[in-house]
Amino acid sequence: MTKYIRHPAVLCALLLVALLVNAVRVQVFAARGFDDNPANRRSAIARYERPRGDILVGRERITGSRDTGEQLRYERTYRDGPLWAPVTGFSSQVYGTTFLEHAADPLLSGTDPLLTPFPLWNELTRRLTPGGDVVTTLDAAAQRAAFSGLRGRKGAVAAVDPSTGRILALVSTPSYDPAELSGNAAATGRAWARLNGDPDKPMLNRAIRQTYPPGSTFKVVTAAAALDAGVVTDLDAPTRSPVPYTLPGTTTALTNEGDGCEDAPVREAFEWSCNTVFAKLGVEVGVARMAATARAFGFNEGGLRVPFAVARSTFDTSVDRAQLALSSIGQYNTRATPLQMAMVSAAVADDGLLRRPYLVERTTTDDGNTVGTPGARSARQVMSPGTAMRMRELMEDVVTEGTGGNAAVPGAVVGGKTGTAQHGVGNSGTPYAWFVSWAQGERDVRPRVAVAVVVEDASAVRGEITGGGVAAPIARAVMEAVLRAPDR
Amino acid sequence: MTNVGTTVAEADPASSAVPLPRRRGIEFTLIVLAVLLSVYGYCAVGLAKDGNLPPGAAGYGAGLGVLALLAHIAVRLRAPCADPLLLPIGVLLNGLGLVLIYRLDLETPGDRAAPTQLVWSALGVTLFTVVVALLRDHRTLQRYAYVCVAAALALLILPIFFPAVNGARIWIRISGFSIQPGEFAKVLLAVFFAAYLAANRNALAYTGRRLWWFQLPTGRVLGPIVAVWLLNIGVLILERDLGTSLLFFGLFVVLLYVATGRTGWIAVGLVLASFGAVAVGWLEPHVHSRVEDWLHPFASIDAGQGPNQLAQSLFAFAAGGVLGTGLGLGHSILIGFATKSDFILATAGEELGFAGLSAIFLLYGLLVERGFRAGLALRDPFGRLLAVGLASIVALQVFVIAGGVTGLIPLTGMAMPFLAQGGSSVVTNWAIVALLIRVSDSARGQVDGGPAL
Repeated sequence: MTKYIRHPAVLCALLLVALLVNAVRVQVFAARGFDDNPANRRSAIARYERPRGDILVGRERITGSRDTGEQLRYERTYRDGPLWAPVTGFSSQVYGTTFLEHAADPLLSGTDPLLTPFPLWNELTRRLTPGGDVVTTLDAAAQRAAFSGLRGRKGAVAAVDPSTGRILALVSTPSYDPAELSGNAAATGRAWARLNGDPDKPMLNRAIRQTYPPGSTFKVVTAAAALDAGVVTDLDAPTRSPVPYTLPGTTTALTNEGDGCEDAPVREAFEWSCNTVFAKLGVEVGVARMAATARAFGFNEGGLRVPFAVARSTFDTSVDRAQLALSSIGQYNTRATPLQMAMVSAAVADDGLLRRPYLVERTTTDDGNTVGTPGARSARQVMSPGTAMRMRELMEDVVTEGTGGNAAVPGAVVGGKTGTAQHGVGNSGTPYAWFVSWAQGERDVRPRVAVAVVVEDASAVRGEITGGGVAAPIARAVMEAVLRAPDR
Repeated sequence: MTNVGTTVAEADPASSAVPLPRRRGIEFTLIVLAVLLSVYGYCAVGLAKDGNLPPGAAGYGAGLGVLALLAHIAVRLRAPCADPLLLPIGVLLNGLGLVLIYRLDLETPGDRAAPTQLVWSALGVTLFTVVVALLRDHRTLQRYAYVCVAAALALLILPIFFPAVNGARIWIRISGFSIQPGEFAKVLLAVFFAAYLAANRNALAYTGRRLWWFQLPTGRVLGPIVAVWLLNIGVLILERDLGTSLLFFGLFVVLLYVATGRTGWIAVGLVLASFGAVAVGWLEPHVHSRVEDWLHPFASIDAGQGPNQLAQSLFAFAAGGVLGTGLGLGHSILIGFATKSDFILATAGEELGFAGLSAIFLLYGLLVERGFRAGLALRDPFGRLLAVGLASIVALQVFVIAGGVTGLIPLTGMAMPFLAQGGSSVVTNWAIVALLIRVSDSARGQVDGGPAL
């Protein structure tokens, strides 16, 4: 019998070995795959186990974290959520992250290796690295001015510091409160459905993700191209342009909103936004040089990140002369984001130098030690300094004498350009009101701010919708807010 | 393993009276270590969860300590030659189980299972003490073989008259307490099988007709035991307790093999088991889905329904890795239903890692090995079969449930001995350890000398 007792004993030993071998398989060899399985909630739990780092404007924290005591413990909170939403985006336990919350996620969530000087030690002690903070370049006063200026309207504002590329304001309306999406309750799902179903698209970041026909504000590009190419040498010389201007190769006649454009010199044509003059000018410059200038300003260039991606602004290069004429006055296939138009204005303001816009001033650990300063990069010469100087003159004239009078800031030098962009089938849509500008305070050495404002469906009688009437006051409010602040 | 603590035992004055070292001192030391380890685990959970020592730590330690001491005194007085490892292993596993259940209680504020489990553990240890104290010789049980089988059948049939819980009709509920009578039936049936086979093993092995090379036993000898076995299986299938029916089947085959020494029984057993498994796996939708889950644990994820329990269990084991997350720091509560019972091992695997899991497996292995060792050392066939039967019950149960939750074999609902939440299970396992103590005492204290034949 002894022998037969030994056999089941050996069998039991084999079963034990099988269990141990299988445990090694599951816990050592297959473990990584199981850990990474998207259905495994552990990574989500670990992610929300610690409070997230914050996003700051100046010294003001515009985000926070709330301990819910639930399985996914910390939830994102926002101060003035709708105001900052185009910058922060949301950080949702269900729907992921967008914009700065997304672009800076490793830092905010504490997984960025830069946050831990001794990663192995933390691994051993199982200490969680607290999330770092992101300090933005935003100017709170400018942001608030833009937001209240747009209130009740659909539109966007982008403001940059021309001499650095720092983004001072980034506003999109109608907006939403990202706090509504933070948690994982049923209300979060309802908010998500409501925001996505809203025909006004409150979650669309119009300042950087939406492109509009820039209309007459594109004349800044056309004028710069004409000056740089030598097509125009004297701003005050007549341009020999007819009214109406028949688009080359067609019988379509192009007209103007106002009078006095026939044969007008560039200065006057710019002040009064003569379509005929600039359409003709664009054709004279030619598609190659127009495209080169537009590209230098940033059109047709993808991959701009601030640090989140900015939609590509376009200037169509495969056009006939009629289409080029329309393109040159910001119609046809010419499209730009508000940020792109702010860059155009900034390049004029900064002696023809274009700086890459950026939104993150610096990143820090939770106790304030700087981790990185991803901001400033080298500038690019878009036009000759001489051309830039003359462009500044033109833009100043628009405010002092032309269509941009509403943007004038007492005691400051302000340059601007209005725009009223047709769109829709047969130009049936309510036109977009544009205004791009820059401003230099009395005691400033160089312009402090460049702004682009677009208002989509300005609630006014159609004939009155002009950039000067609707968009310029918003730009002025933003510029005033920046100029009022002490120089940083 | 065999020489553990010899030197300490030799220094034990109590052992000087008999020629064989009794090793009660080493047992006492190991019990103290087991209690301390459990209290340490209890404190570790509290510290990890809210940074404070849990308020009940002293009471918990005292409770477990008193229970262990009681059992130890019973062994010292009534089974002085018993194997010194059995009781400490029981105490450690029971203590660890209480820690794990307490730890999971913290995640489920509405459902506190640890206090109940402690009460059942106390009952189990009391039963242990009673068995060790009153049962002077295991051979007495042989006389009650038919009482045992009748009681086992009655216990198995009882739940049919009670409503089903979670699809299985294996519980009876009396005033808030739920009991799983099938658990107790395991021990009773092991006693019956051992007694019957010990009495009839020669007839089973050497009589009857020959079919080719296979010697069939006579129907008169084989009949009753097959009938009992079939009856059990039948009832269990009615109750959908497939884990226990698998256990009984394995127990039956092992004991038949040990009793007769005929490899043919193994072959027959394997053939029958395969047929049974295929038939049940094919026909019974519940089992069929278990097999499907085993083959494709992540199918429900791919189907967009989220991970099922097995997938969650695998995630838990994987999250533990080699060293574990630490007590109180895992998320095995994600498994949801049955975390504290069938899936308790996943919590151990996640929070103690492969290191802790293999330690637990080795503890069970040691318990089983000590059972077989007692069986080998005994000289009466009943005692030998009883020891082998009890050890096999533990081994099969551990393998079936541990293999199930780690994805080695299809999952079958069963309780991890001592670890899992479940009163009947804890009490039964204490009874098993008590009987093993009893047979090991007889094996090592045989004064009539001579090795086992």
